[in-house]
Amino acid sequence: MSGRDMKALLERPVWGRSEVEDLVIVPLFAVIVALVLGALTMLATNVDIATIGHSYIALARGSLGSLNALSETLTAAIPLVLAGLGLALGFRAGLFNIGAEGQLLMGGMAAVIAGFALSGLPAAIHLPLALLVGALAGALYASIAGWLRAATGAHEVISTIMLNLISYRLLDYMLRMPAIQKEGRADPISRSVPEAAELPRLLSFIDPNLRLHAGVFLMLAMVALVWWVLFRSRIGFEFRASGESADAARYAGIRAGLVIVLAMGTAGALAGLAGANQVLGVLGRATPGFSAGIGFDAIAVALLGRSHPVGVLFAGLLFGALEAGGRQMQVDAGVSIDLIGIIQALIIVFVAAPLLVRAIFPWGFRRPSSGGRRP
Amino acid sequence: MTTAADLPQITKLDTGRERQARIAGAVLVALSVLVLFIFAPGATGSATFRLSRPTDALPLPDLAVPSSPFLYIAAAFLAFLGARQFIRGGGRWTALSLGLGFGIAVMALLVWAATGKAFSLTGMLQATMVRAVPIALGGLAGVLSERVAVVNIAIEGMLLAGAFTGALVGSLMGGVSGLVAAVAIGGLFGFILAALVVTYRMDQIIAGVVINLFVLGLTSYVSSQVFQQYRSLNDAPVFRAVKIPLLGDIPVIGPMLFQQNIFVYGALIMVAVATYYLFYTRYGLRARAVGEHPRAADTLGIDVHRTRYINVTVAGMVAGFGGAWFTLGAVGRFDEGMTGGRGFIGLAAMIFGRWHPVGALAAALVFGFADSLQQKLALLQTPIPSEFLAMAPYIATIVVVAGLIGRARAPAADGQPYVKE
Repeated sequence: MSGRDMKALLERPVWGRSEVEDLVIVPLFAVIVALVLGALTMLATNVDIATIGHSYIALARGSLGSLNALSETLTAAIPLVLAGLGLALGFRAGLFNIGAEGQLLMGGMAAVIAGFALSGLPAAIHLPLALLVGALAGALYASIAGWLRAATGAHEVISTIMLNLISYRLLDYMLRMPAIQKEGRADPISRSVPEAAELPRLLSFIDPNLRLHAGVFLMLAMVALVWWVLFRSRIGFEFRASGESADAARYAGIRAGLVIVLAMGTAGALAGLAGANQVLGVLGRATPGFSAGIGFDAIAVALLGRSHPVGVLFAGLLFGALEAGGRQMQVDAGVSIDLIGIIQALIIVFVAAPLLVRAIFPWGFRRPSSGGRRP
Repeated sequence: MTTAADLPQITKLDTGRERQARIAGAVLVALSVLVLFIFAPGATGSATFRLSRPTDALPLPDLAVPSSPFLYIAAAFLAFLGARQFIRGGGRWTALSLGLGFGIAVMALLVWAATGKAFSLTGMLQATMVRAVPIALGGLAGVLSERVAVVNIAIEGMLLAGAFTGALVGSLMGGVSGLVAAVAIGGLFGFILAALVVTYRMDQIIAGVVINLFVLGLTSYVSSQVFQQYRSLNDAPVFRAVKIPLLGDIPVIGPMLFQQNIFVYGALIMVAVATYYLFYTRYGLRARAVGEHPRAADTLGIDVHRTRYINVTVAGMVAGFGGAWFTLGAVGRFDEGMTGGRGFIGLAAMIFGRWHPVGALAAALVFGFADSLQQKLALLQTPIPSEFLAMAPYIATIVVVAGLIGRARAPAADGQPYVKE
């Protein structure tokens, strides 16, 4: 056996039992328990058992049951994964960025402006340009919080919350500006994005109503890119080192301020991309609140994915499926889509607190040796 | 915010201070320029401020301020403060100068907006107090839990749960029962947060985010699934304002402090009680010890876990009371997501108020003032778009939080779980 093989053998990730418990059993339990508790919630609000069964069938059908359902699931997952990747990167660097919502709005708005203001360009230039402008706007907006943290120590939780609130007002104002507002409309709504700047729909040759668009490739590329940045690049190492121990990183010569600004900027770029993706791929224009809370759901996605790019991808797909299925559930069974919010929250509780799952289901788990997350 | 690690490099710490001072100076000079070139040129005549309402027992004459001289003096003073910050800033003057500067800038804005018109100062101060209540209570809940080192992002969810329960129980059994139920449900979520982070050692921020998501989902679900059909379940009585005799007749301050409903009085009393509890009783000392150095506290025989459970549960009760304000204290009905981020602003008020109950109340008053100011100015039809007025308090928060750091310090063990050895 050559040395190279030995090395490969040693480095092969061995899945110990505790990892299987952490990565497979706990999430599985989490989803099942959350669905059961969701059913109990429906029961408590006077929904009869037949309807509960009906609604869960609709949930499955609406998320996975047909080509249209799969298309909707992916369409809903794309912005969640994109913004979630940015937040995960921030978490790794020790930054708790609540501002994805505002960065997403700013990125989307900038992409819309770039979309209608630069009309006449060929699609091969126009679309990448609009996406880039969206990412840059998100990055700049997030960098404000990063710079404040680095320069003055202002906590990013507070500054990003404030920047979110500012972004709502800014959006309202911009949507009423004569240069942006759609002609002949009194309500705040932007001009439409021309076709050259739209993300092309992928499945329109089968059915023009399938909304899945090219953003899905962008999403996969970004998952790979963020993975590479975090685990294979020097700056990613600096991000993770700063997140693990800010003091140790500083003594090791890592420039803490630069890391903060860069991590926030990258997170903002990804959130801005998520916003651009929504306006260029799904909505075609900007309206007040077009973010629809994606920036906050993305926090949950990043946490659920344990701040790992691949985890974020799966978490985003799960949340996208719940979102798409929830809409079907509302139509078919008449159960409010808000139920999905409860289920999502419960899933995160159980995934984020493995000790709680172990306490509820003592069987099926090895006895924790020290009670920690990774014994 | 680990200043301890910076101690060996004292020089570096100083440059941070100086940079803050320069930023503060730049902000002040910018405000001065704003007053000088935007406000002052167009202001002719005088601004009239009404200090009392026709129904008041002790009427005060209206206050007329000559606009133009006032604005030029204000601009000069702002420029002086800013230049002073630039040249010999730093130290304790930064916060004071910033506070003073913002105060003057707001006065200048008011004078400019009210030039040639009449403006009811009393009404605005009364609205300030009302709008500050949920933020102050949210901030107080934050203080109580962060003093025992539990980061409480869940305030928003607790407020929402209180608002919902207040409306539901209030509709069924009357206002007082609704209030009690709101406090109880707030306490329940406080207890759940404590259980998640203390016993199950979940990440504190994740636990808070989860509670927010869960409460938002549950209340929105019930509201759209049940309240749509049975509207009588969402029609609660509202607590009316109660005027305190004599004190309520004091001009200007009377209507603000002593002609309010039970929530305003409750908030003021709770802030006083919390201050006494935290800083003048042995239990408060123990709680703070748990927040600063849990291991030392444990060594001295303080039950760290129990202290955290109790304090976070009480914090939840305070937030539940604050949540009831939205329904029982204001409109009498629950709407989806009606707290609208007030819990997060409360969190900002807590930091702004340096983890002190009175500080949190003062910060909440600033937010309440900005909120009511924006509404009144929209009525006065100033040329500034109302969106920018609405942004102003948030921008001010960012500037102040950026300018305050160094003097404001979170409890040392904030956010860390404690594992007994």
